[in-house]
Amino acid sequence: MGRYVIRRLLQMIPVFAGTTVLIFVMVYALGDPVQARCGDRACDPATAAQIRHDLYLDHPLWQQYLRYMGQIFRGDFGVAWNGRPVTELLASALPVTLRLTVLAILFEIVIGITLGVLTGLRRGRPADTATLLGTLLVISVPTFVTGYVLQYLLGVKWNLIAPSVSSEARFDELIVPALVLALTSLAYVTRLSRTSVVENIRADYVRTAVAKGLPRRRVITRHLLRNSLIPVVTFIGTDIGALMGGAIVTERIFNIHGVGYQLYQGILRLDSATVVGFVTILVIVFLLANLLVDLLYAVLDPRIRYA
Amino acid sequence: MPEPRNHPDEAVEPAGGTGAAMGLGQDEARSLERAPGPGRAPAVPADRPGADRPHSLWSDAWRDLRRNPVFVIAALVILFLVVISVWPRLIAPGNPLSCNLDNSQQGSAPGHPFGFDTQGCDVYTRVVHGARASVTVGVCATVGAALLGALLGGLAGYHGSWADAVLSRVSDIFFGIPIVLGGLVFLSVVTSTTVWPVVGFIVLLGWPQIGRIARGSVITAKQNDYVQAARALGAGNTRVLLRHIAPNAVAPVIVVATIALGTYISLEATLSYLGVGLKPPTVSWGIDISQASTQIRNAPHMLLWPAGALSVTVLAFIMLGDAVRDALDPKLR
Amino acid sequence: MDEGATATAAQDEPPLLDVRDLHVEFRTRDGVARAVNGVSYAVRPRQTLAVLGESGSGKSVTAQAVMGILDSPPGFVTRGEILFRGEDLLTMGAEERRRVRGARMAMIFQDALSALNPVLTVGEQLGEMFRVHRGMSRKDARARAVELMDRVRIPAARDRVGQYPHQFSGGMRQRVMIAMALALEPELIIADEPTTALDVTVQAQVMELLAELQREYGMGLILITHDLGVVADVADHIAVMYAGRIVETAPVHEIYKRPAHPYTKGLLESIPRLDQKGRELYAIKGLPPNLLNIPTGCAFHPRCPLARDVCATDEPELYRISARRGSACHFWRECLGEHQR
Repeated sequence: MGRYVIRRLLQMIPVFAGTTVLIFVMVYALGDPVQARCGDRACDPATAAQIRHDLYLDHPLWQQYLRYMGQIFRGDFGVAWNGRPVTELLASALPVTLRLTVLAILFEIVIGITLGVLTGLRRGRPADTATLLGTLLVISVPTFVTGYVLQYLLGVKWNLIAPSVSSEARFDELIVPALVLALTSLAYVTRLSRTSVVENIRADYVRTAVAKGLPRRRVITRHLLRNSLIPVVTFIGTDIGALMGGAIVTERIFNIHGVGYQLYQGILRLDSATVVGFVTILVIVFLLANLLVDLLYAVLDPRIRYA
Repeated sequence: MPEPRNHPDEAVEPAGGTGAAMGLGQDEARSLERAPGPGRAPAVPADRPGADRPHSLWSDAWRDLRRNPVFVIAALVILFLVVISVWPRLIAPGNPLSCNLDNSQQGSAPGHPFGFDTQGCDVYTRVVHGARASVTVGVCATVGAALLGALLGGLAGYHGSWADAVLSRVSDIFFGIPIVLGGLVFLSVVTSTTVWPVVGFIVLLGWPQIGRIARGSVITAKQNDYVQAARALGAGNTRVLLRHIAPNAVAPVIVVATIALGTYISLEATLSYLGVGLKPPTVSWGIDISQASTQIRNAPHMLLWPAGALSVTVLAFIMLGDAVRDALDPKLR
Repeated sequence: MDEGATATAAQDEPPLLDVRDLHVEFRTRDGVARAVNGVSYAVRPRQTLAVLGESGSGKSVTAQAVMGILDSPPGFVTRGEILFRGEDLLTMGAEERRRVRGARMAMIFQDALSALNPVLTVGEQLGEMFRVHRGMSRKDARARAVELMDRVRIPAARDRVGQYPHQFSGGMRQRVMIAMALALEPELIIADEPTTALDVTVQAQVMELLAELQREYGMGLILITHDLGVVADVADHIAVMYAGRIVETAPVHEIYKRPAHPYTKGLLESIPRLDQKGRELYAIKGLPPNLLNIPTGCAFHPRCPLARDVCATDEPELYRISARRGSACHFWRECLGEHQR
């Protein structure tokens, strides 16, 4: 197990480096941050040169990258377009998005797995077919459409929720946005759990468990689910990245001041410090989540652990 | 988000499962065919009626598909979409860009069944003409990602060793970037109003998914006894790849690509909604939905029609992919 | 082994398991597959019944019906009785039947790697029997698991009890399966091709262990196999199945000497033998029948060397040849006589 963890950690390093380089180069191509800082009027050359020097822009790109990474590991993410440190923006935005994402993952786990397992056990019945059709519909309608429709119906027409989330972004305000964010993934989790249950229900070891005279409940929870949910756990792990990407859309619909909102502002203002800083953090969160899932996978499946 | 990530129920990888069928009557037969698994006496002998003449995977799949109502409906919808994206004027002779502000946000009127948008453009005409952008992006991005993914994934799987290691890490890097996030960063640089930057971006972030599938099936195929035998008999790399391995790897790639097509169309709309995808004057459902979204209280019809068209399109492609997967899944044969 | 003595002793006792006229069908999209069509057999305590047949002959489906582990749907028992110590299992309530499974009758599967749960330790899977059926504590169950593993001669049982199935060799895994079946000292064990997946050298060891444990515990044993070689040493009685029917039933030593059904004869002649080295091997012509469309009359007639017109129209009953023998062939006398020559 120890060697497995170390191997996974080592594999993360090139991926982290590659991803951040890619982002760094792309943000560099975004446009001239100096121009953006001067606003609409043309920059006075001396000031421009000063800014360029301050921002380390007068060095080759690879040196800028190394210097930037060095700073990040000391906790210095630079200064955003509005003069506030990027870390300050992160500190206010990250908890909001984390709350949103965590809620969304909870929805995926609780609703998605429950629906998937129940339909998998009742394969071919009307409830199963209806759920499958439902998941197809949910997957087909883009999130931003669902978001606006729910916001309109619940927030405007029936007045059940506030149409936009306050700056505190409390858990209760985030329920509907998190549901919108989770919806597509939830449909995938449902389908995956169902497929997995359907496949494993005919497995030889389930038949053995029945032949052992175990009660149905024990056959399902201890033998069937333990095996069926392994791929589901993997999916939910890889899905964390997609959720954080999706948060950009959801946060825009419900006016939530999270990571997606700040990132969007940063891109509009060609503010490389904000963009690179936020994306780097997101990539780190994503990689850590994947590592966590890999470890969980190894805990759940001894065949991996001892491979 | 409708993103082309690892779709769980595409399950064409060796370790993955048989796909979740639509539950439309195939499950019974499937469970029977599965019942005589290893260690059980087959309830039905392997030779099913009519199995005496040789069938290829493809002709069997085609026979199954023709009988599958899901496939037929999806295929008809897609055919219709393709026709109107090539010749939109067949059913919408108007010009989607000729608008009259006097009609701003008006409801349906004679000759204008879907009403007007904020600029006073005819929503029906725009919805019909918007199909072209979606279908073009979907088809081109899928073909690109499938070719690139099959090529690189196939090579990684066949060659193994360092090529596999390098390509796996590279695809990890692309997987490390959430796709909407990447789209915001990469595409905000672009000023072109054509569909090509969006297509290019989707190919760039979409190929690793198909590459992984291709790699997996090539590795499985490579381990087959007959491939080993062909190699032992001295067949060259090209021959082994083309005759023995490619046919096995093509089916899973086609299945994943068909389902991905639907999600790519949805992704294009999402990017356009965020303002980094297609840009006016291109007519796109994503752009129209984005503009309508702020007016949902006053004129919900502006949102309803393009969103409905988009959803039906995505649904049709996903259903087509589902049906194709059920027909091609070699585990059921 | 004194087969004759045990067999006669068992003969006087009432049967442990008495299957009567069992019918099982699978309802599929392509039609109804009649997998078992009127099978009757009996097993007495301490007796071993070998059920022989090709794949698709219905031998495993019958066993699954007896254990109550048919995949249903699509499999359904449509007719018949399964009497276990005189009680019909088919009319029993689900909960009552569950208590029989594992505790009073147990099953050994062919492929232990897939039949054991990959994510639970061997100790957990063995101990589960005691925990569920006997309500033992985790600790006691584990101790019993170690005892069982010792009993089936798995070396270093105490250290291996916490390992997972994939960490065992094929032979050792099959011993775990046997241990699991033995755990609660059942009256009947059904072994479905218990050695097919194993290496030949290991096969003999596992069969020997099974026979020895059977003697020791005095269980009835149903041994399902397609391998005539395995049968000769351990079985008392043989039932040969074809297309969901029993076509011949006889004490083991008689069937080898004088088969009374052309199918049994074909099976015997297709075994390679040292004294016939150099001769071409005999093979039964044709393919096993399609269960969706079983031939009329005698299901074996399209492949039978003795077939005449009547075979295609009249279904032979299981003719009584002697007190303990039966053959479902119109021409069983001919079959016996021909062999005598």
